[in-house]
Amino acid sequence: MIRVDEKGFYGKFGGAYIPEMLHPNIEELRENYESIVATEEFQKEFKLLLKDYVGRPTPLYFATRLSEKFGAKIYLKREDLCHTGAHKINNTIGQIILAKKLGKKRIIAETGAGQHGVATATVCALMGMDCTIYMGSIDIQRQRPNVERMRILGAKVVPATSGSQTLKDATNEAMRQWINNPVDTHYIIGSVVGPHPYPEMVARFQSVISEEMKWQLLEKEGNENPDIVVACVGGGSNAAGAFYHYYNVPQVRLVAVEAAGLGISSGKSAATTVLGTSGILHGSKTLLMQTADGQVIEPHSISAGLDYPGIGPVHAHLFDIGRAEFVAVEDEDAMNAGIALSRTEGIIPAIETAHALHALSMIEFKKDDVIVINLSGRGDKDLDTYIKWGGY
Amino acid sequence: MNRIDQLFQQKKERVLSIYFTAGFPKLEDTLPIMEAIEAAGADIIEIGIPYSDPIADGPTIQDSNMIALENGMSLKVLFEQLKEMRKTVSIPVVFMGYLNPIIQYGMENFCAKCKEVGVDGLILPDLPMQQFLDEFKGLFDKYELRNTFLISPQTSEKRIREIDQHSNGFIYMVSSHSITGAKTGISDEQVTYFERVAAMDLKNPRLIGFGISDAESFSKVSQYSNGAIIGSSFIKKIKDSKNLKEDIKTYIQEVIR
Repeated sequence: MIRVDEKGFYGKFGGAYIPEMLHPNIEELRENYESIVATEEFQKEFKLLLKDYVGRPTPLYFATRLSEKFGAKIYLKREDLCHTGAHKINNTIGQIILAKKLGKKRIIAETGAGQHGVATATVCALMGMDCTIYMGSIDIQRQRPNVERMRILGAKVVPATSGSQTLKDATNEAMRQWINNPVDTHYIIGSVVGPHPYPEMVARFQSVISEEMKWQLLEKEGNENPDIVVACVGGGSNAAGAFYHYYNVPQVRLVAVEAAGLGISSGKSAATTVLGTSGILHGSKTLLMQTADGQVIEPHSISAGLDYPGIGPVHAHLFDIGRAEFVAVEDEDAMNAGIALSRTEGIIPAIETAHALHALSMIEFKKDDVIVINLSGRGDKDLDTYIKWGGY
Repeated sequence: MNRIDQLFQQKKERVLSIYFTAGFPKLEDTLPIMEAIEAAGADIIEIGIPYSDPIADGPTIQDSNMIALENGMSLKVLFEQLKEMRKTVSIPVVFMGYLNPIIQYGMENFCAKCKEVGVDGLILPDLPMQQFLDEFKGLFDKYELRNTFLISPQTSEKRIREIDQHSNGFIYMVSSHSITGAKTGISDEQVTYFERVAAMDLKNPRLIGFGISDAESFSKVSQYSNGAIIGSSFIKKIKDSKNLKEDIKTYIQEVIR
């Protein structure tokens, strides 16, 4: 049975390794989130916003030409059609309602590529809440359009100038600012990472993805269980959402796709389950890329959303017990898979998602297997990267 | 007897603990800085173990961590540097470090090495109390290491009592809602918090840290506690120092004057 235990662990991974200054905040969240989320009032507001504002349910699209190409029944779960262009908003809608119920006045968040930052700035505008987004100063330079989107939405974007100046440092900076403003501020973490209860809370808000998949598959295939679910993993929030209702259905294969960057052994990779070891990052025990001395290694991926040195504790657990298959896709293969989907189905995917698409060429499956690929985001934000890459 | 216990038996007021990052500003500065801190009249030396992702620290200590790592500092190097420290350093020595590098080194190895070189206590800010009790307390006791927990203005009375029960050595009172080096000056709100905790009559001595930078703030917070910890401000003083020994002496003697 895969679920978080009362101390916040999935098997060996998880927990809340946080400075005492954050203890009251985490306690407040831990003690209240389940009861708040369980209320009819919360569920009503959450579901209404997901439907009318985000545009859910997202279609489960049978990809005819892609299916022909690979010789399987391939469905795409169209999270790319969500408002703001990716699954990230499912979580920010849930957390902003929660923050309001907790009486918080301010929101802070970290962002890498800017997708979670935009999704957070969006819901803050929606709810009229003050919003500050921490973003590595290198990411600010390479993701300019998303920085401006956040600013248009009224958010303040603050550069994280320490360390490697990317997602990991933006997360450090957001945690520091939460320590500095513990009373009136809620921190919206964007992935299934961080101290308990964040990983489980974010997974629950994202679990709407597999919840819909079940009834959509029942409608289309007469069986709510596919043979295989495929999703990319940086921290792992879209994968957690796509796997959630299948964790404990053993006949459904779960395939998690990591970014191999320039190659596993190139020194420029983000394939955490291959290169990582058990350690503590951003408040939880998980697999992370680190030196023998326990210093965190800066990862590399062409996709900013997968450019993270750890994975969520639930994924570390799925890996540890062999419940999910993990594959690692290199930059080049992901880019080609992204261009191929554009040509085959008329959908330009986010580069994160393109990693999941290439996994079709790496895993084994039977003809007529039903495969669902979680199409976590659209490629608009990645146009610059596609243009620089060329090859089309 | 543990040096920390001994210190607080003899001295109950104006105890000064100085924090610095191991291997900063230069790799080989660790031991000379410790000797200079003792010679200048401080009471406790707190050695920071550098880490790539120090989430409770502000820019000054972050930078010192990065520089120390670039200089090649690691726990292995640090224990080597401290091998003979008890020949020249007699005051209590405490390690402050994040959990991950210590776990990779191996907690039991780490504790054994601490005892071997003469470290007296540990401050591990991201070690949760429950984890400490479940996994590590036995080791700390076995190697006679005092364990210091942090409390902040947000910590409830109930939790302060629990922390007091499970701490030994001293309690580290974070002076305000802040990371290290963030604020200066002591507000009335902070004084209310210091008085509230002082009135709780805890079994452990209390040192106040974060935002303490000079004689004035040191004297002020010492009225409500057993003393204070200075970190960021000290790091700034030694960062570009041309004469570490002299500059450390001047700085510390100015604080405790």
